Amino acid sequence: MSGPLHWLSQLASLTKFSLLTLPQRKGAAAAAAFGIAGVVAVLVGTLSIAKGFRHALVVSGQPDVALVLRSGADSEMVSFFSGQSVRLVADAPGVARSPAGPAASSELFVVLNLPMRASGTDANVPLRGVQEAAFRVRDNVRLVAGRRFEPGRNEVIVGRGAARQFAGLDLGARLRLGRSTWTVVGLFAADGGVAESEIWTDAPVLQGAYHRGNSYQSVLVRLTSPEAFAPLRDALMKDPRLNVKVVRQTDYYWEQSRVVYNLITGLGSIIASLMAIGAVFGALNTMYSSVAARTREIATLRALGFHSSPVVLSVLLESLLLALAGGTLGAALAYLVFDGYRAATMNWQSFSQVAFAFAVTPDLLLKGILYAAAIGLLGGLFPALRAARLSVIAALREL
Amino acid sequence: MKYLHLLGSNLRRKKLRTSLTLLSIVMAFILFGYLAAIRVGLNAGVDVAGADRLFVRHRVSIAQLLPESYRARMERIPGVARATHATWFGGIYQDPKNFFPQMPVDPEPFLELYPEYILPPDQRRAWLHARTGAIVGRTTADRFGWRIGDRIPIQATIWTKRDGSRTWEFDLVGIYDGAARGTDTTQMFFRYDYFEETRLFGKGQVGWFNVRVRDPEESAEVARRIDAEFANSSYETKAETEKAFLQGWARQIGDIGTIIKAILSAVFFTILLVAGNTMAQSVRERTGELGVLKAMGFTNGQMLGLVLAESCFLSGLGGALGLTAAWGLIGAGDPTQGALAVFYLPHRDLLTGLGLALALGLVTGAMPALQAMRLRIADALRKT
Repeated sequence: MSGPLHWLSQLASLTKFSLLTLPQRKGAAAAAAFGIAGVVAVLVGTLSIAKGFRHALVVSGQPDVALVLRSGADSEMVSFFSGQSVRLVADAPGVARSPAGPAASSELFVVLNLPMRASGTDANVPLRGVQEAAFRVRDNVRLVAGRRFEPGRNEVIVGRGAARQFAGLDLGARLRLGRSTWTVVGLFAADGGVAESEIWTDAPVLQGAYHRGNSYQSVLVRLTSPEAFAPLRDALMKDPRLNVKVVRQTDYYWEQSRVVYNLITGLGSIIASLMAIGAVFGALNTMYSSVAARTREIATLRALGFHSSPVVLSVLLESLLLALAGGTLGAALAYLVFDGYRAATMNWQSFSQVAFAFAVTPDLLLKGILYAAAIGLLGGLFPALRAARLSVIAALREL
Repeated sequence: MKYLHLLGSNLRRKKLRTSLTLLSIVMAFILFGYLAAIRVGLNAGVDVAGADRLFVRHRVSIAQLLPESYRARMERIPGVARATHATWFGGIYQDPKNFFPQMPVDPEPFLELYPEYILPPDQRRAWLHARTGAIVGRTTADRFGWRIGDRIPIQATIWTKRDGSRTWEFDLVGIYDGAARGTDTTQMFFRYDYFEETRLFGKGQVGWFNVRVRDPEESAEVARRIDAEFANSSYETKAETEKAFLQGWARQIGDIGTIIKAILSAVFFTILLVAGNTMAQSVRERTGELGVLKAMGFTNGQMLGLVLAESCFLSGLGGALGLTAAWGLIGAGDPTQGALAVFYLPHRDLLTGLGLALALGLVTGAMPALQAMRLRIADALRKT
């Protein structure tokens, strides 16, 4: 037999041997594999919360949509526009136009207290006042039940996510805002985006109810193309009658998701790294006892002429296989438990609730399994080296 | 002493396994520490809420303003000792990432209602005399290296100034400390009179009211009276205890907080389970040795004590090391880039942690210890 082939056959038989004897060490092996499964499930699970949250905000953003706010405002909530400025924005260059008029939606954005279904305590649910143009600018919004609100009437349509998370928003329900009562006449979807957390109503009606006169808070415009952003921004910033800032919708939502995203990934990474260290200790314990249990066998094989490198590799392979089995189990578990789980949380930056679904994406699964592999290799390395350094004579004399 | 020696050699029997087990227990208790700190952080201040204070906001949402004139009307309501107000300013210091809350308040009643903000008397006097004066909590002052006398520019996101500009400048006249560890010392307070005369719009309107009641037992009744006083006006109110308000606010984080806490608890107990299993196993392996000890005349009680002492020593040491490490790591700062206003490890949880460590030792030691006690010498020696 030639050299490399010989080496490979040694490795194969050693690995087969260590895997066949695995049932004898099933307690320790299972503990290590489950430990790693736990690490991966937690890592993938917490990161899927952050991913899902960011996803809800990012799918809401389109590169050819721009948001115009009063300069200095960092969210729609604190922005302000007079009815006159709104018309100047709609007439600006770069705004898409159709026979129905310019694709510029002037909007109001307020929050109202509604009880969460889960806990019964109040949450800040966003309420948006819009006009017909809003449905042309946000072309991913479509009704899934009922009808649109009629202009001038106390009617609202509710995003799917809001209806699911907050009580009293079902089709036909009545909503008391201050001293007036509003009826839910429709439910809408927006590809899982942040609009689904909102309640929409006719802007002039909302102006009346909130004593806002003819003022608005933001203008959302659809551009003729993504490249039309810079000309629009320059034109609006230069206009002495306006005092505004223009942000691309994608950038706006990316920034809006920053605090919560950092909070969850920050906590998630700390937990996962602490757990990973714990899991490495678990794997080390398992592999050391695996090597210790086979001291005599390994020594016998070495005495028979087996090289030490296949011994090292077979121990590493065993550890890696255990870790990969655990990692796959953990990733599958995280996928089953977390993917699509619907929740709502407070977005500190907009001061209002965002409903979203956890997203276990392929790159998270891959990350989890790579993590498991790293734990397995680390946990197998030192025991493997010990197995290789075993003094044949001493080991055979032992026991 | 002779037992200590025996204990030591038992632990040294497999040094590697002992230290790996110890390290896993340490990791478990570091996680436990983070769990406690995250719970405190997500509950933001509920633990230190004033029992005699009510929080009064606009019925529709906290983002709607209320007339400042309500303050005088509230103070006339039976059961109300004093009322004051604050408004969300929402300004930016240099960069949006440097977030900390700022609020205009009426200094004198504000400091009276909030004795947990400890301000030296001379700084308090300085604040009452300086119209553009502001005070800031220790955490934020340290974060930006501010010192008394500094002039702090804040970019307004909401409140444009009368002259159209949005840069507000405040003179730092005081730095307050928190009376308890849970007191939020990230906030900056400045004077309402300066705010009122300088802002462009919203004159005479404030964000919310803080009300001190004469008798905390009466809180619910006084809250009802306040809401009744303003019912059917254009600005209806919602009054509740400060604790209820903060709890509601914390719950807005929703399932996420619950999920993170559930995950951490599950992890903690899993690690303990694995470590416990290893510890129990290492005693079982020594059945033969224990038989020898018994043959030498060790009593049942001594056997029990020996095994329990070993497991308790290991878990207690691991727990203490882990909690100490957690204390240090958590004290070094929160991992979320400022998203949590308070982040610390409460003493109460330290004690709980130590209790859990000892319980771990007792539970993992109990089974093998009982087996060791019941061991018949002949059986034990035959097994080897």
